[in-house]
Amino acid sequence: MPLENKEFKPKIVAFCCNWCSYAGADLAGSSRLTYPADVKIIRVPCSCRVNPMFILRAFEKGADGVIMCGCHPGDCHYSTGNYYARRRMTLLFSMLDYLGVENGRTRVEWVSAAEGVKFSETMNSFVEKIYSLGENVRLGDLRCKS
Amino acid sequence: MYKIAKENLSALFQKIAESFELYLPVKTAGQTNFAAWNADAEVDLDTLKTVKSAKDAFFPQSEGLYTVKKEGKKMSVEPESLKEQDFVVFGMRACDVKGLEVLDNVFLADPVDTFYAARRDHGTIVAFACHEPEETCFCKVFGVDAAAPASDVAVWTVGEDLYWKAQSEKGEALTERVKELLADADTSGEAEVEAEKEAIHKIVEKLPYMNLSLEGWNGDALSEKFDSPVWEELYKPCLACGTCTFVCPTCQCYDIKDYTAGTTVSRYRCWDSCMYSDFTMMAHGNNRTSQMQRFRQRFMHKLVYYPANNDGMYSCVGCGRCVEKCPQALNIVKVIKAFQNQGGEK
Amino acid sequence: MQELINRAKELLADGTVARVLGWKAGDLPYNPEPAYFESAEELEDFVYNGFCGANLSKYMIEASKLEGKTMVCLKPCDTYSFNQLIKEHRVDREKAYIVGVGCKGKLDIEKIKKQGIKGIESIKGAEITDDAETLTIQTLYGEKTCAYADAMLERCHVCKGKEHMIFDEQIGESKETKDAERFAEVERIEAMSPEKKFAYFQSELSKCIRCNACRNACPACSCRKCVFDSNKFDSSQKANVDSFEEKMFHIIRAFHVAGRCTDCGECSRVCPQGIPLHLFNRKFIKDIDELYGEYQAGADTDSKAPLTNYTFEDAEPSIVGKRG
Repeated sequence: MPLENKEFKPKIVAFCCNWCSYAGADLAGSSRLTYPADVKIIRVPCSCRVNPMFILRAFEKGADGVIMCGCHPGDCHYSTGNYYARRRMTLLFSMLDYLGVENGRTRVEWVSAAEGVKFSETMNSFVEKIYSLGENVRLGDLRCKS
Repeated sequence: MYKIAKENLSALFQKIAESFELYLPVKTAGQTNFAAWNADAEVDLDTLKTVKSAKDAFFPQSEGLYTVKKEGKKMSVEPESLKEQDFVVFGMRACDVKGLEVLDNVFLADPVDTFYAARRDHGTIVAFACHEPEETCFCKVFGVDAAAPASDVAVWTVGEDLYWKAQSEKGEALTERVKELLADADTSGEAEVEAEKEAIHKIVEKLPYMNLSLEGWNGDALSEKFDSPVWEELYKPCLACGTCTFVCPTCQCYDIKDYTAGTTVSRYRCWDSCMYSDFTMMAHGNNRTSQMQRFRQRFMHKLVYYPANNDGMYSCVGCGRCVEKCPQALNIVKVIKAFQNQGGEK
Repeated sequence: MQELINRAKELLADGTVARVLGWKAGDLPYNPEPAYFESAEELEDFVYNGFCGANLSKYMIEASKLEGKTMVCLKPCDTYSFNQLIKEHRVDREKAYIVGVGCKGKLDIEKIKKQGIKGIESIKGAEITDDAETLTIQTLYGEKTCAYADAMLERCHVCKGKEHMIFDEQIGESKETKDAERFAEVERIEAMSPEKKFAYFQSELSKCIRCNACRNACPACSCRKCVFDSNKFDSSQKANVDSFEEKMFHIIRAFHVAGRCTDCGECSRVCPQGIPLHLFNRKFIKDIDELYGEYQAGADTDSKAPLTNYTFEDAEPSIVGKRG
């Protein structure tokens, strides 16, 4: 799917937990699997570190889509972190949906350190989705629009 | 004096909007506040008091000061331009107008606040006399006449007609622009206005707070009031929320903040509140660490410090918004009365 | 009400409590203020009527730190907040002597005024001993009447019930006031299209003046230093330069109290702009009930709050998209 030559350049922020999904991203890289450069990865020690304020701040500062990647439930490096993250993100996404923010702008994906392919595929599909949704106008701060 | 029928108001707004920006009370989602007029706006001139006063039109809640832009190695500073467009604020009340006089003493004194000054210069005020004052009003206590606002144009409501009187140069200028929509009010019209003023005064006399005594509250009372133990009791229910300061027409404290947005930094000022914990916080910390001190500061400012610096003029106009909006029903009236009670008089 | 005052005097006299936390008569018929009473003379000003809407649990956070016990008057909905505060170790149960007061529904002066009633001189029918059927209001502009139910706070229409969750003794009779479904409004909004939802919330939140009354009145918001008070990050607690700031504040505030909010309704009562803030909190409560099992914060003092708990079979976040 040719993603170049489009005027709208989406900004995607990906919160990746250090132990599983960040390693998965690394593996995607060393396996030469491509995914769009629009994705900016922020490494966190655990998906549980992700505060709902981070998600909103990412949108505020101009992100069009925010995705959180963590270890599979049951495999968290810190045993239970991703369970809390799962509850938190479910509630947050539900609230954003309630406010009328398009559903596809947020996602959670569980990617293990060995799943380079899954990482690359997830990012590709997420960026495609954001392309189809267009620029984020509902949850951004106008001062951050360049 | 002129008159115009209420049903012709939309035409009037249209006419004003041709040469001025127009701000008037608009009902949004059940609440009435001053907002920019447009043809679809639900104008509400019946609600006596808007939630936020008209202070916003002259001293906005948030106002950009300047923006710093970074391009490569270059930085440029772009100041926000001062207000250049003439505007009309329609539907203020006598108390709101007095509130602006209070702000004038602060912002137009040396060094002049150029942002405020520009707005004041370009603003024309059309104020309505209060047809039906409410029990929370006590403007008379602070020398405000609800029946005769001291604005550029004063308007009185009599039945289905509005009587319009220009009271200043700006008022005359505005009247010229909209004259074709106004009819001359003859002597019977003037008599009706006088009767309306009488009626308003009669109601004002019956309001529960009208006989509030300000005895003992002035610039000389500083030490006596400051050290009084009454504050320890008064402040307890205060939630430190800031509602009173944000609905007040005379509160003028502001904070200056920077907002970083990628390659730009915008410096803006926004209303601050003496109720908040970061009020007057400085590099070394905060000089007002307890809510009692902050609560005391608010009322001392209104009733003692401001009169001391402004020839006895108080910084409260008796609008009663704090009475209506405080979540725990604290307000300046209760403070004034609490000190009276201490003096042995109830 | 006299029964309450007498009991308070007794407790003060025999030293069981050092102070009484209740309401003091205001100077208008509808504005009693929360107050501390330390003597029988001061108690002459004590009132408890239909306008005493404030949730006194919030004041117990500070009162727990004072010498001696405090007698506190808690309405049924307030007791949930108190339980929640006990669970979070924000109040000391030993320092409180809780009198569970009866409730027939509390009144909202804004609703009365919206009916065009102004220049209010006196109000009859709001006493705790009255039937709570009709209010007769004397105003400067004539006598008006208003049905009690029409003047009640929104939260009273979806009352969780007049049982006190925690008390040392109970005084006063109650009357059931529930006549609407708690999640009806939330469901109505959920059924709207995203554009309508966004437009609705944009119009409501644009009224927000960043006064923080909701945060400061909320018993669950008891952080000593709120994250929004921090001057280290650019979304301040008092500016509304961009419409994003209100969204950030309200979403995050509702999120921070999610699972701990007892739905006491204080946030909506205190908002000077009448924003229906309970819609945010109830949305979280509804989601928690549906996804993680029915949970009422404050019904007890030892269950785990939903956001500090988990199960292996929790729903995936993608369920939000699938629900439609």
